[in-house]
Amino acid sequence: MASSIRVRATANGDITEVQALIQHPMDTGFVKDSKGELIPAHFIQELKFECNGKDVFVAEWGTAVSKDPYVKFSFKGAKKGDDLKVSWTDNKGVSDTTTAKIS
Amino acid sequence: MHKPPLATRRLILQGAASVALLGLGNLPFAAPARAAANDKYPEEAFKQKGEADAIKALYGRNAEPSDKVKLDAPEIAENGGVVPISVTTTLDKVTSISFFVAENPNALAASYRIPDGTMASVANRLKMAKTTNVTAIVEADGKLYSATKEVKVTVGGCGG
Repeated sequence: MASSIRVRATANGDITEVQALIQHPMDTGFVKDSKGELIPAHFIQELKFECNGKDVFVAEWGTAVSKDPYVKFSFKGAKKGDDLKVSWTDNKGVSDTTTAKIS
Repeated sequence: MHKPPLATRRLILQGAASVALLGLGNLPFAAPARAAANDKYPEEAFKQKGEADAIKALYGRNAEPSDKVKLDAPEIAENGGVVPISVTTTLDKVTSISFFVAENPNALAASYRIPDGTMASVANRLKMAKTTNVTAIVEADGKLYSATKEVKVTVGGCGG
């Protein structure tokens, strides 16, 4: 199965810029489907980025994060070729993880 | 010799917990600051409806406005379902950055932990139910700083 996570990490000198796009419905629990029934809330609660055994960025999300969430940040201390591990967990206990090479 | 203060702390915590259980959760007892709290998902803060309550639940105190927090959001968002919002700051020792949308059903939208070595800058996309204020709070060196901007929403992003 294709990963739900698309991540691009680019090292520029000492700074690595990370952009991640995740496929997830991020249902708020306020929206009704075509039958008029509420679609239960279903959203990513935690998204974590690890590099060289250390958390470099942790996102805690509520339902107000857009569908197919996008996030961008930068950190220091990594170089080209290092692994960046990305993982998320949602409110139903579903999770996914992927590892990207910093380029 | 550390026993007495610890015991006192425990008593205070128990007291606080029982107060919360009584449904008086908004009394001004001091919740632990974000940096001191252990790294659990702040479920309570995400459940709060109003912005002030969400800030209190997440950080336990109020932020002061600062021009060192740069909040970048559109003047007008045509689609409230996807509003690109970012924040950067020149403040030092930043440990977390959070986003609040004042009139969403739950004000707290996202909270980011910024460990040592990570830049104090985040871009993300949020949903907005209607035209309202977006606030970013930056926790730096144990203090809270904020920036607020109104975003006009033409089509709300919470459906229904």
